[in-house]
Amino acid sequence: MTDLTRLSAAALADKLAAGEVSSVDATQAHLDRIAEVDGDVHAFLHVSDHALAVAADIDRRRAAGESLGALAGVPLAIKDVLVTTDMPSTSGSKILEGYMSPFDATVVARSRAAGLVPLGKTNMDEFAMGSSTEHSAYGPTRNPWDLDRIPGGSGGGSAAAVAAFEAPLALGSDTGGSIRQPAHVTGTVGLKPTYGGVSRYGAIALASSLDQVGPVTRTVLDAGLLHDVIGGHDPHDSTSLAEAWPSFADAAREGARGDVLKGLKVGVIAELPDSGFQPGVSASFRAALATMEAHGAEIVEISAPHFEYGVAAYYLVLPAEASSNLAKFDSVRFGLRVTPHANSTVEEVMAATRDAGFGDEVKRRIILGTYALSAGYYDAYYGSAQKVRTLIQRDFDAAFTQVDVIATPSAPTTAFKLGEKIDDPLQMYLNDVTTIPANLAGVPGISIPSGLAEEDGLPVGIQFLAPAREDARLYRVGAALEAALVDSWGGPLLDRAPVVGTRGGVR
Amino acid sequence: MVSEITPELVRHLGVLARIQLSDEEVERLTGQLDVIVDNIAKVSQVATPDIPATSHPIALENIFRADEVGETLTREQALSNAPDAADGRFRVTAILGEEQ
Repeated sequence: MTDLTRLSAAALADKLAAGEVSSVDATQAHLDRIAEVDGDVHAFLHVSDHALAVAADIDRRRAAGESLGALAGVPLAIKDVLVTTDMPSTSGSKILEGYMSPFDATVVARSRAAGLVPLGKTNMDEFAMGSSTEHSAYGPTRNPWDLDRIPGGSGGGSAAAVAAFEAPLALGSDTGGSIRQPAHVTGTVGLKPTYGGVSRYGAIALASSLDQVGPVTRTVLDAGLLHDVIGGHDPHDSTSLAEAWPSFADAAREGARGDVLKGLKVGVIAELPDSGFQPGVSASFRAALATMEAHGAEIVEISAPHFEYGVAAYYLVLPAEASSNLAKFDSVRFGLRVTPHANSTVEEVMAATRDAGFGDEVKRRIILGTYALSAGYYDAYYGSAQKVRTLIQRDFDAAFTQVDVIATPSAPTTAFKLGEKIDDPLQMYLNDVTTIPANLAGVPGISIPSGLAEEDGLPVGIQFLAPAREDARLYRVGAALEAALVDSWGGPLLDRAPVVGTRGGVR
Repeated sequence: MVSEITPELVRHLGVLARIQLSDEEVERLTGQLDVIVDNIAKVSQVATPDIPATSHPIALENIFRADEVGETLTREQALSNAPDAADGRFRVTAILGEEQ
């Protein structure tokens, strides 16, 4: 029998629709896989105790002749930043341990309505602050390619879950690269939609002007299928865009036919020389560009002189917004409460609770944000950072008059070792240099596997960026390059990942 | 711009942010924030007065809706995660200390 966990979501959906397999079988296969490998990988913070009942209901409805969505019966992993009524939602923080939301995030509600089967909640850096998942209050996730290495962050759990075949699909969120950088280091696919393309309602806010929810998958088509389910206007999110979106699955299918590379203008950024990147990352990026050229694309050097200020602007805007968003964790309405002594005032309780409930990185960013917003510094820091956003948007606007998409390596290095950067926050921040500009400007970005780095055999991703609202272009281009690369490799990159699951057992 | 991150400033920021930082945390954060602020202060190099600020990546308009009751949480739902509740309300410790 086919190992159901190795199928793409699209292939599994076809088998489900054809009645060749049941959702109960597919769900059980993934629960078994989780039991087998998640003791090692630790992608999940919580595994649903009723996924099989949800799957059985889908099977019953299908048998009754009900018209179901394209992904009905396919299992789904959900990043713990998204609130769910039937499973705890912690955002990776002790301050929310055991929190049960009275409502579902819109993307979760839409996934349920489309018949997807939630498997569990995935691990993440606390409140999505980090690039390694090491800042989770519940212990790190490990990269399935090498269990001593980071799976990326903040959405390392979602990326590791799909890379380790524990789920065919996952939901992620991307504030500065938290979908794309984990995709890069795990050999998977992740897309950050245009800001406002997917509802943020029920996504526990980190930085409201940067956060976007998006798909985490093993193939570009699977990402498009999931994006079609979760995307579109939501009256509960006033920043959600009102327009009608094309089918992203159709865009991926069109791209996979390959013609879209013919005459495509691909921009590479002069100010982001890949000489600054790990040699194997740079080589993989250049090889992917050569493949595109061989299929008729034209590589054009473009200038984006302000991208080098992106990390600095981001680490002012993000902490400023986060310090405000996280003020809600006040020990009054939900979450942890620590009462230092019998006569504590509510203010003392708040301060003690937030000291006990927040981890080091969260405190660091709240304090930094409080500083950036304080009187006397606001103009120099936060005000200047907002101007840099304008300059980066102008860089994008100028570039997109010359090219259809911009390409970069998705991150400067392959997966680093757990613990390697944990004591050097600035080095951790600089890891986001390639992904941050898209969040600052609101444009969409995708990371797809480009190959393995020659020096360490670890996965490398290539990132494509498109103008705002042109997410479909990323699906076309991503699927076209994916098809060419998989063809040249003789199979998906993940086929070459070492097999995890020898030690077994859920931790 | 020269960063002026001192232990006193970090302790004060902790008060503003309602985080009871320990002495050890204040010391560690002071060193780390100093390095970070030195790096991110470079935004002021290019943020000249003629550049408008962008608060939001996609231009937004105000959203209006009819002034009607929509979906709301029940009182039970709203209180379901409260650390402490009584009489259908959130219960907290004393608002004012003895010296206040």
